[in-house]
Amino acid sequence: MKRLLTLLLVCFSLPALAQELRLEDPELEERARDLQREIRCVVCQNESIDSSQAGIARDLRVLVRERLQAGDSDEEIKAYLVARYGDYVLFRPPMRPETWLLWFGPAVTLVLAGGGVALAVVRRRRRAEGGPAALSDEERTRLKRLLQEDSEKGGPA
Amino acid sequence: MLLRLLFLFPLLIFAVGAYFFYLGLDPARDPSTIPSVLIDQPAPAFELPAITGGDQPGFSTGDLGNGEVTLVNVFASWCLPCRAEHPLFMDLAAEERVRILGINYKDEPEEALAWLEELGNPYERIGADEEGRVGIEWGISGVPETFVVDREGTIRYRHVGPIHPVELEELILPILERLQ
Repeated sequence: MKRLLTLLLVCFSLPALAQELRLEDPELEERARDLQREIRCVVCQNESIDSSQAGIARDLRVLVRERLQAGDSDEEIKAYLVARYGDYVLFRPPMRPETWLLWFGPAVTLVLAGGGVALAVVRRRRRAEGGPAALSDEERTRLKRLLQEDSEKGGPA
Repeated sequence: MLLRLLFLFPLLIFAVGAYFFYLGLDPARDPSTIPSVLIDQPAPAFELPAITGGDQPGFSTGDLGNGEVTLVNVFASWCLPCRAEHPLFMDLAAEERVRILGINYKDEPEEALAWLEELGNPYERIGADEEGRVGIEWGISGVPETFVVDREGTIRYRHVGPIHPVELEELILPILERLQ
């Protein structure tokens, strides 16, 4: 029984352990969490430092908090990390000429593909609506004559 | 006619996609390495104390440059690959080919000293980075990592992971020769 209780206690205190770095000021803590979710762990690829268990991720969480307490802005903290680890540490890449393709590529593709489809649809509809042009008077008399010639010969072969 | 050209568009998308997939097939490509932004940048500003109880001086930015090409090796006693590359540094130091400075990353002083006692000490100076803060200044993602710093104190090369003898011969020694 005692063992079970200890186990339960450990289980329930795990979230508290995860919060070991919590800052006193709730507003700063909020900013720290937001930043942590934006910063990629440098050893675990697709994890943010917020969720990573890696040692260096923890070090970066400590660093973020220290800088926040020292009064750094979010941008300053990000710039600090980018200066050392490159754009790689940011989950959201910055807007720059070399990242334009990344940012606008999908939208441009959508516009081009959508434009292409719209153009094709419009053309097809125009063709369907117009249909073949009506026969002119001249054509009508010619048709009548041909039909007459046919019936005189005893109908179409 | 313009509409006809639009039909080439899916082909274009395919070509771009295929190009990136092709790049991904390169066996030499390691997706876990992060391109270093510190190459051709001056070495970061830092000041590290000596390993507590050791008899070697600590290591700071001022020790870099000064007309000497330097290898900066980040190591720890708890790091197995460091053990693997260590003999290379011992050889380099014995042949006096290059000055080697060490950053002892997040280590216990006693364990670091015991490790050096056991494997030998190729380092002219060792800074103890117990908090790992200087490691972040150097933009490291783990240990071991090795940097080549030129005579002016500019970082010229970064090696992630242990140095293999072949890499030393074909990659790092040529860089050292070029800089020296």
